[in-house]
Amino acid sequence: MSSRTDSHKFKTISRRELLKLTPVVALGAFAIPRLQKPLLKTGLGFSDWASARLFRSGHLAPTFADSSLTPFNQFPVNDYDVDDPEIDFVKWTLTVTGEVQKPGDYTLAQIQALPKFTQNTRHVCVEGWDVIGRFGGVRLSDFLKMIGADPSARFVTVECADDYYESLDMATAMHPQSLLCYEMYGQPLTREHGAPLRLSIPTKIGYKQAKYLTDLKVSHVLEKVGYWEDQGYSEFYGL
Amino acid sequence: MASRAIEIEDVKTGEVTEAVYEHPFVVRLCHWVNAVSLFVMVGSGFQIFRAFPSFGAKIPQKDLLNWPKSFALGGWLGGALQWHLTFMWIYIATGLLYVGYQIFSGNYKQVLFVRRDLPGVWPMVRHYFFLGPKPPVREAYNPLQKHAYTSAIGLGVLSVLTGFAIWKPVQFSWLAWLMGGFHLARLWHFLIMWAMLAFVFGHLVMVVLHGWNNFVSMLTGWKQDPEYRSE
Repeated sequence: MSSRTDSHKFKTISRRELLKLTPVVALGAFAIPRLQKPLLKTGLGFSDWASARLFRSGHLAPTFADSSLTPFNQFPVNDYDVDDPEIDFVKWTLTVTGEVQKPGDYTLAQIQALPKFTQNTRHVCVEGWDVIGRFGGVRLSDFLKMIGADPSARFVTVECADDYYESLDMATAMHPQSLLCYEMYGQPLTREHGAPLRLSIPTKIGYKQAKYLTDLKVSHVLEKVGYWEDQGYSEFYGL
Repeated sequence: MASRAIEIEDVKTGEVTEAVYEHPFVVRLCHWVNAVSLFVMVGSGFQIFRAFPSFGAKIPQKDLLNWPKSFALGGWLGGALQWHLTFMWIYIATGLLYVGYQIFSGNYKQVLFVRRDLPGVWPMVRHYFFLGPKPPVREAYNPLQKHAYTSAIGLGVLSVLTGFAIWKPVQFSWLAWLMGGFHLARLWHFLIMWAMLAFVFGHLVMVVLHGWNNFVSMLTGWKQDPEYRSE
């Protein structure tokens, strides 16, 4: 069975086999400071691309019984640098711009005139914790219909009274569980939870659930993605 | 089973030794790419864990352990996620390539742990703890090694499945359900990492114990002067 060779030739064979492994060294590019950032950006971009492919418009996020709800006082409040955005609730409107037939300022009463939906869904924070909350509001898709949003537009972006901002891909915005949320646990939103209007998107990570909405824009291109995304977090982060 | 073997005649002394081709190229490639990606996944995983080092409620939060930042990769949560979400694809790709290659080449026969290997595991464990004689070595992998490497592949599969359960708890809600819910899936993901680290520790100890020729075989494929004889 065995053939014979001399130690010189064996060295050559061994060296050739070793050299075949040089592609592994290519991973070292991740250790080069100048290349690291663009490489990781590409990697995260690929992950986001895969995430968008995995998203299914008709697939619902799990919903939970009332007995599974996290008590309201144990629902964490992650504000980022503004404790109180000092909103004048009497004058508050949602300003709609972009690719819509009916831009303008919408009052809370106009939004609440749409059919109301209430759901117990999981809120997952990027840090790793999660809570189950009760969210009530109108479907974002119903509101987009009401304002005559261009169905071919790709993004819905929101701006907030605390200077936070966020964006959603259109498929997620049109998902039946995506809400313009004005109630939590059957009560109007409190200041901590984003009164008077916030997003509740159970198919997205926590930082996409923007509070204190003031502006909503429908657009074909994104100028900026979101407060955390623009610092390096995943842009799509679908759950 | 028959591996490719060769007799080497030393040009100076005329002494003849044997070498066996133990590790095909794809196996070696996957081994080293996986070693790098596992290192990155564990390092960035610890940094991600630091953001919420608990498996219970957020309020009140009971921290499990305070993992030092110097033993974590990525610098901050966002940075660690970039590493984790990039290298997970490399980790998955090498895993698929490795398993696919093993199956289609038939090479799995030398390393897959099967029922008839079972009786050989305990004598090997006894030997390593100085409680028994060394069982005769007949092939590239002894029963304990087969057990370890087959388990490591199982852990690799589980690490990916638990990872997907916590990355996509909506799209793969059935995965999280299988694992007993989102919280438990995150705990399994963490525990599987420790099991993997235990494997790596044992693996490195064995590499040191079994010397240079054994180590070189994972680089060149050829093991010189093996303990067993080819047939």
